[in-house]
Amino acid sequence: MVDVLTGTFAVKSGHAQMLKGGVIMDVVNPEQAKIAEENGAVAVMALERVPADIRADGGVARMTDPSVICAIMDTVSIPVMAKCRIGHFVEAQVLEALGVDYVDESEVLTPADETHHVWKHDFTVPFVCGCRDLGEALRRISEGAAMIRTKGEAGTGDVVEAVRHMRSVQDSIRKLQNMPDDELVVEARNLGVSLDLLVQTREQGRLPVVNFAAGGVATPADASLMMQLGADGVFVGSGIFKSGDPASRAHAIVQSVTHYNDPKILAEVSKDLGEAMVGISARTIPEDELLAPRSR
Amino acid sequence: MMGRQGKLKIGVLAIQGDFAEHIAALNRLGIESREVRLPDHLEGMDGLIIPGGESTTLSRLMDLYHLREPIAGMAREGKAVWGTCAGMIMLAREITEDDPVPMGLMDIGVHRNAYGRQVDSFEQDLEIAGIGPEPFHGIFIRAPKIIRVGEDIEVLASIPSGEPVAVRQGSLLATSFHPELTADTRFHEQFLRIASLTAGEMDSRRGGGPEQP
Repeated sequence: MVDVLTGTFAVKSGHAQMLKGGVIMDVVNPEQAKIAEENGAVAVMALERVPADIRADGGVARMTDPSVICAIMDTVSIPVMAKCRIGHFVEAQVLEALGVDYVDESEVLTPADETHHVWKHDFTVPFVCGCRDLGEALRRISEGAAMIRTKGEAGTGDVVEAVRHMRSVQDSIRKLQNMPDDELVVEARNLGVSLDLLVQTREQGRLPVVNFAAGGVATPADASLMMQLGADGVFVGSGIFKSGDPASRAHAIVQSVTHYNDPKILAEVSKDLGEAMVGISARTIPEDELLAPRSR
Repeated sequence: MMGRQGKLKIGVLAIQGDFAEHIAALNRLGIESREVRLPDHLEGMDGLIIPGGESTTLSRLMDLYHLREPIAGMAREGKAVWGTCAGMIMLAREITEDDPVPMGLMDIGVHRNAYGRQVDSFEQDLEIAGIGPEPFHGIFIRAPKIIRVGEDIEVLASIPSGEPVAVRQGSLLATSFHPELTADTRFHEQFLRIASLTAGEMDSRRGGGPEQP
């Protein structure tokens, strides 16, 4: 009998490879999920509230009610992701039991553990985690994350933090590629990551797993910007269903990720999309209300 | 055997999915490739790979950018076309759902995500006809299941439960797994042999006089 293996890192990280060049959209009900699928989303993130509402409502943000997640899973045939709180491995167990296709251990929800993340190797379901820089990215991968995204600043519609985080990761990798061997041990220590993962990143010239952009993407041009900066794909949270015409915007952002290098097509798809989400400048948010610094 | 292979140009549909992994595999074999996002990118290509990805997304973007007809045209001309996973769904004659709409180029019926959700994705060694006796490591991700094969379909590999997972019909290939996610290039070489053969035949037809309509 031939061995059949499930839950391996190859099938976890391999799934993220299939999402590349695509857009993952936040949805809060089956109707939105259907709109996302019909307009070309490669996956949806099932939530109770989009990040802009979580931000506005305040209070503790937790895993979404499983009945909402199940209703969305029953409605669409594309992969369904859901968020657990940072370090809340039981929420992750619940999500795995529901059969979601990916768990996002997310700073958008209120962290359950301010020191430790979920040990993701123990799970069959793959995880995506946020990062602000190479150190955070590689620490999450060593904990078992099969996919990385920039944190950006979720629920703002302001792309500035996503740009900062993507540039930081890419700059660190470029620096790594020019680094002599004898400086690697110190670099690993400075970043707080394992030497093995650092060497692997240096050899590949990129993160060892798929890296999406997230946190503030609101327009087709934002999405193309992140792709040109080196993202493998894009998460759009509040940007679609907090805009004036979600279907058109979803449709346009999908095309802007495929044709990210073709300004003529971008110009065409950016027309007549109605109002973008109102947004808040990330710079005006008090430090203790920022989501991205919630984990390291 | 290798024939024209060195000069082959292979298009890789790059509208969504793991096209970069296919291009990397072709690079390792010294084959020139091109990312295909618009119909004119197919010009001059000797073959096409449709990668893994999300088939509903691929289907919509193929409609939007009018890629179905030119790809079907390539297949009709006898050029080599290979679909992996979502690519296989797009090549099928029929699928069990209404969405996405396949191109109907291969006489197979396919059930999307039939092996289960992501937690059921699996790895398994396969014996594949024509690539040598060493087992090939199959990576199946939310994989589509081939539930019907037509008379002209040659089954290249099956899993122990009996379902075919690699099939060929003339110059068309489909796999429900992802050779591009492994370092093993033997399946890509198989595809290139077919592409090389069909490109060679077209060359000699062209050499023999004016092309027939």
